Amino acid sequence: MDVHTPSASSHDTVATALARAAARHFGGPARIDGLSRQSGGASRQTWRFDALVGDRRHELILRRDPPGAPKGERERSVAIDRATEYRVIDAAHRAGVLAPAVSFELRPEDGLGEAYAMERRPGTAIARKLLRDAEYSGARPRIAGQLGAILARLHGVDVTTLPPLPRREAADHIAGLRGSLDLLGAPQPVFELALTWLDRRKPAPLARPVLVHGDYRTGNYLADANGVTAILDWELAHLGDPMEDLGWLCVKSWRFGAVDRPAGGFGARETLWAAYEAAGGARVDPARAHWWEVFGTAHWGIICLNQAWKHLSGALKSMEHASIGRRAVETEVDLLQLLRGAA
Amino acid sequence: MAQDRPTASELFAAIIDFLREEATPALDRADPRLGFQMRVAVNSLGILEREGRLGPDADARERSRLIALLGRDGALAELNAALAAELRAGRRDERDAALMAHLEATIADKIAIANPKWK
Repeated sequence: MDVHTPSASSHDTVATALARAAARHFGGPARIDGLSRQSGGASRQTWRFDALVGDRRHELILRRDPPGAPKGERERSVAIDRATEYRVIDAAHRAGVLAPAVSFELRPEDGLGEAYAMERRPGTAIARKLLRDAEYSGARPRIAGQLGAILARLHGVDVTTLPPLPRREAADHIAGLRGSLDLLGAPQPVFELALTWLDRRKPAPLARPVLVHGDYRTGNYLADANGVTAILDWELAHLGDPMEDLGWLCVKSWRFGAVDRPAGGFGARETLWAAYEAAGGARVDPARAHWWEVFGTAHWGIICLNQAWKHLSGALKSMEHASIGRRAVETEVDLLQLLRGAA
Repeated sequence: MAQDRPTASELFAAIIDFLREEATPALDRADPRLGFQMRVAVNSLGILEREGRLGPDADARERSRLIALLGRDGALAELNAALAAELRAGRRDERDAALMAHLEATIADKIAIANPKWK
């Protein structure tokens, strides 16, 4: 049996609930066409579907946390819930950020868990394709600049239009990562070294924190032959330092092998920063951006350890999660390189 | 008692070749997500092969370096816990050349097992 194809019953349950919710939203009988599961594990599912209402076809995406799906310690502590995510995406879209337009939320009585539907944008998120396939050769020189310009607009979203979001500054992040290391139990000298380095140089909290995407990187946006089409994966949105997103995008793991192009595998840091500033973003202080890149590198390494822990703790039986634990050392290599260059 | 051939490394290589060349394409046709998971599994088997071959010597070298660095004896995990505590407290940092040489050597051995292509 093919264990990854949703069983007929789960597929039908989703289709039935979507038909009901789509009818409610669009104000007429809805038929669901082409429903298929895209990605994700037991939690954080993504499905694609079309809602046929009257003579209109609405091309949509369902984002869903099924009821009772296991969440790791970290997800519970840092990820926002789906209802908040929906409101953040909506506010960003309305402010002119290249985020998908949200469509409708599911209700508890629909039985799908925390879930919402949004517009399906063209393009692919698969880094390997974007970085290597001929189809995207025209997009590649543009992406670093586009990501900078989009990010400037994202950081400019009026925070009064947002739902309540956690505020996380440098010090909170460092405390969170040290807490994770303590929870995991095994001593990690390189991560401890990096966290102490970070702690001693941490930027002061901003008087006015901005909307931070929190996971702004290659793999989390869609692009087509013309470049970026939509910013996805908003579940780590919070209020904080805009340089956090710029640093995270440049973490070596998000270059997917294109190590000489720090801006997500597509360009120089300076290209990203210039586009960010030209589009109205704050002036980029290279030292502050570097701090956030070092932080992002340590952050990703500790996320790798956390992913493995989801499996090891029994919360989620997953070979894939277990394997990610052995990727943490990639960031230890990178951290030593970064600290050697800028001690 | 010595096992017959194939050696552990040879047997890993035979399994990896089979999974990569025969099982993965079949899984890709049936369900690309399973094909992806098989690639992850094959990659992990490669890690285990290298760990079996390189791990024991790497651990021994790490322990000797830690004994010299900390000036005390102990099991590997215990010594690493002591070092981690010193680093969190800021009693040692990146300006300590002996510390950095130890960490560079340790991470070089670790990445040679986990992902030798990483750069």
